[in-house]
Amino acid sequence: MINATYTIALMGNPNTGKSTLFNVLTGLRQHTGNWPGKTVTHAEGEFVYRGIAYRIVDLPGTYSLYSNSADEEVARDFLLFERPNITIVVVDATALERNLNLVLQVLEMTDRVIVAINLIDEAKKKGIRINTKKLATKLGVPVVPMSARNKEGIDELLKTVDAFVHGQLHPTPIAVPYSVEIEQSIAKLLPLVKEIVGDDYPARWVALRLLDGDTSLLSALNQQPPRLTKEEAPYACCGSVKSV
Amino acid sequence: MAKRNNRCLSEMKPGERFRIEKVAIPDAVLRRRLLDLGFVPGGEVEVGQRSPLGDPTAYYVCGTTIALRKEESNYIYGEKIGHD
Ligand SMILES: Nc1nc2c(ncn2[C@@H]2O[C@H](COP(=O)(O)OP(=O)(O)OP(=O)(O)O)[C@@H](O)[C@H]2O)c(=O)[nH]1
Ligand SMILES: [Mg+2]
Repeated sequence: MINATYTIALMGNPNTGKSTLFNVLTGLRQHTGNWPGKTVTHAEGEFVYRGIAYRIVDLPGTYSLYSNSADEEVARDFLLFERPNITIVVVDATALERNLNLVLQVLEMTDRVIVAINLIDEAKKKGIRINTKKLATKLGVPVVPMSARNKEGIDELLKTVDAFVHGQLHPTPIAVPYSVEIEQSIAKLLPLVKEIVGDDYPARWVALRLLDGDTSLLSALNQQPPRLTKEEAPYACCGSVKSV
Repeated sequence: MAKRNNRCLSEMKPGERFRIEKVAIPDAVLRRRLLDLGFVPGGEVEVGQRSPLGDPTAYYVCGTTIALRKEESNYIYGEKIGHD
């Protein structure tokens, strides 16, 4: 077991290749696929790149973080309470529109995001071309095209991770604008939210959830001790991958 | 005219295409879920196969197939696209 310096979370819609990428990065084998027995909670592994040890966590696939399914709560709580150093959102190159919904939700919670456009081989076959530079500019975070199954684009992804942890990247995530009415309510709530949660949680995001009446978030916050130690983390014991 | 075109997704037949105008489901969580699955106003849906028992039905939306039950598709309003 390596003592990892940084934690990377893998998120994305169902079936976008998160576990495939996880396996490529960690060299571990994990069951992947469409059948029951897909990623239920999450799997953890480690890898070393350019002398730095990373812990990587494979989260269940979700279309959203707000529909109150158990999978979504696992993914949301991981971002919120474990605060990974980097979140890689794995998206399906053949269904970008659908996948960007989750990307925007994640960008509201953290700016430490890399968007990995996977299944680029499938997209090419279908004649879909993606302007990753333009997308990166619009989203304000790095975008890397890849094909996890063919092990293409992995090095560029790792270089981006490396640049991130060395502070060489300065993400400026797109802020989703809401109606004037909602923005005014956010402005009113923000100072109060900041007073309570400080820097522990993304304040604008918490304000939005309050306005949304998100009771599942409130109960998660209530159950949470102010700052977790690793031993107390609810996920530390479950879903770890064993080498086979 | 608008009235005539305003149909429920649940009325559509396999193979037909549909443009969503409104997701009017009273349950807020379910509404959110449908939006997150890609059933958004302005979006296009292609009706796929119906399960042998008549429910649920598969819909092709935003590049993926999603199955909905009548109690969900009943609340998705819009118009049929194409050959009238
Ligand atoms: N063509 C192609 N297929 C891929 C690629 N990456 C993954 N796949 C395939 O896509 C399927 C799903 O991959 P998984 O890695 O299980 O996807 P996942 O995101 O972990 O899925 P969930 O955990 O269920 O959300 C598998 O059959 C993979 O072999 C890729 O880059 N190209
Ligand atoms: Mg998986």
